[in-house]
Amino acid sequence: MIVKVTYPHMGYMWICVKAMLEYLGVDVVLPPPSSKKTLSFGVKHAPEFACMPLKLNLGNFMEAAELGADTIVMAGGCGPCRFGYYAQVEHAILEDLGYKYQLVVLEPPEKHIGELLGKIRHITGNRSWRQVIRGVRFGYHKAQAVDELEKMAYYMRPREITAGETDLALNRALKEIIAVKAPEELPAAREKAAQIMRAVPLDRQRKVVRVGLVGEIYTLLDPFANQDIERKLGRMGVEVDRSIHLSEWINDHLFLGLAKNMRSSKLAKQKALAYLGHFVGGHGMETVGNTVLYAEQGFDGVIQLLPFTCMPEIVAQSILPKVSADLGIPTMTLIVDEQSGDAGVVTRLEAFVDLLMRKKEIREGSVKCTVI
Amino acid sequence: MSLKVGIPRALLYYYYFPQWAAFFNHLGVQVVVSRETTRGLLEKGLRSTVDEACLPVKLAVGHVLDLRDRVDYIFLPRLVSMARREYICPKFLGFPDMVRNTIDGIGPLIDCNLDLYRKNSSQYDFFYAVGKMFTRNPVKIRRAYHASLEALRRHCLAMESGALAGETAPETTPAHQNRTGEARAGDVNVAVIGHPYNLYDRFISMNLIKRLKENGANVLTAEQLPEQMARREAQRLPKKLFWTLNQRMIGAAYHYFERPDVHGVIHVASFGCGPDSMTGELIERYARKWSRKPLLILTLDEHTGEAGMVTRLEAFLDMVRWRRNLADAAAATTTKIIAKKAEETTGAPDTSTGVFAAK
Repeated sequence: MIVKVTYPHMGYMWICVKAMLEYLGVDVVLPPPSSKKTLSFGVKHAPEFACMPLKLNLGNFMEAAELGADTIVMAGGCGPCRFGYYAQVEHAILEDLGYKYQLVVLEPPEKHIGELLGKIRHITGNRSWRQVIRGVRFGYHKAQAVDELEKMAYYMRPREITAGETDLALNRALKEIIAVKAPEELPAAREKAAQIMRAVPLDRQRKVVRVGLVGEIYTLLDPFANQDIERKLGRMGVEVDRSIHLSEWINDHLFLGLAKNMRSSKLAKQKALAYLGHFVGGHGMETVGNTVLYAEQGFDGVIQLLPFTCMPEIVAQSILPKVSADLGIPTMTLIVDEQSGDAGVVTRLEAFVDLLMRKKEIREGSVKCTVI
Repeated sequence: MSLKVGIPRALLYYYYFPQWAAFFNHLGVQVVVSRETTRGLLEKGLRSTVDEACLPVKLAVGHVLDLRDRVDYIFLPRLVSMARREYICPKFLGFPDMVRNTIDGIGPLIDCNLDLYRKNSSQYDFFYAVGKMFTRNPVKIRRAYHASLEALRRHCLAMESGALAGETAPETTPAHQNRTGEARAGDVNVAVIGHPYNLYDRFISMNLIKRLKENGANVLTAEQLPEQMARREAQRLPKKLFWTLNQRMIGAAYHYFERPDVHGVIHVASFGCGPDSMTGELIERYARKWSRKPLLILTLDEHTGEAGMVTRLEAFLDMVRWRRNLADAAAATTTKIIAKKAEETTGAPDTSTGVFAAK
């Protein structure tokens, strides 16, 4: 029997996972991009106090079912963050709603590594392990390519001469990456995508402020979940840097840091120790540590993103004011859920960016601080 | 003059206080417990915590503030894990740091890690680290440790035999005296499932347990089940739950839903509690699918009004009694029918039992 596999959205993760699965000959049914509709499905059926990613996941699965998907592939975990139990709760909800989904959770095995390998076998069928490894590598390289383009866009957005041109170029460049079907073609596509990005005219002398984005991985990576904060900030003249990228996460957690010369969360965790003495699940420690790192690197501000009721990030949130006071870096916490409105977010971002610009000008001496 | 260690009356105080108290007493350290929760104490906590934190954490901060300036150390252990491959909640893991970074001049904290996550880890490491701060004599620590284990064992026994955590004050009441007199005084049995720090704090739960008793219900809690039993019940889950407290709660909920002498279940959660949002959902779905027993879900936060809760409780108890009476009536009629098949009584079932007994 051929399974039709679906998986939840998280930003551009679908590009990398799709590449991997299709390389292995798996039938992939991609849920439509997360939208208000997705969220409303999720909100209707998910527990009220669950965090937003669960609601979006659920909506994704319901929409994918309409397209014919019959198997869910999800990551799992062993706590203490709620994500480790997502798949089970989502599956229980879907079952009660009458969906006939099969659930495959990829997680650290409880007893024996065979459990995990068996699950991978279930999806990939009779491919050899060598091919599975090649597929994973292919997916990883695609994730790297996408991250590279995103990073270029961070630099370009506040400096572009015609507004919106960066995003047009980014979309075209991403299409080049998405279209690649075989690992051999990827380097050429990467080069071509980079060329598309480089063709955008920039004003490199423009003064910009630099803001680091820290927080929970889903809200950081998913533009729908975070109200497209990267683009919004870019248009306000802010060069952003996101603390977590998919390829780095894969390298840290799946390859156990095998690929060298890549930013790793290890450093962030070390930096966090002065404020937070123990890991708290999720990305709580990374949030604190990256804030310290951004301050050391001379960023102008840090924005923390989290879904409402996210436990690890609440711990980090209560520590950030202290970090901010100690290191003199302004921080802002932006909490998102299904109630978040676009206008409210824009207003808060504008106010924060104004503050940063003013601070920067005073520091550089172009404006005298006057007491009124 | 002996040193004073303050223990906030919050979070896992309700499970571990007898143990901690016994340990410190044997080391010759004076234990000071923060005052019972009041509105003012909670307000203090609210002011010093981020809005998004849950009620128990805000309250715990209030209790810590209550101890400030009254003691030499505040005992705020980092409760990482109480059982192998399980955690409690991320906020427990980060709580000492949350306190240290939000309250200025908090004074010295005792925040050693209690971590039983790995195989072969032992509580002794934790107690040794704590004891070392007060004495250099390892024998003394060892003795105090054993005394603390004994105190914990007695506390657990007392809870299993029906005493309510927080009422089994250390070294006072013998285990059984507390409840035998009043046990089974009510006419319905209601299981109350919730985190100990929500249920047993009289201010936070707004005296939920006492109210239920006053309204003629016998209260059963998750703590009255032996731990093994709750764990076994929880094995019905598709995947082992990695939160110790919630595992106990969900196991107890399954158990009470199946027990014929329990008539209704109340699930108490605090607003925005992460683990409860997941297990509460699983409990609710289980109840809907497999049980006809009424389930009441109460969500508590700092704005909860007493009147609202009382109304809901009364309505719930009415429903519980109504359901029970209906079930009894149905059972009575079916036995009647079976017993006297040829009886000419044309069915009119005993309606008098169908009317629910308003209090």
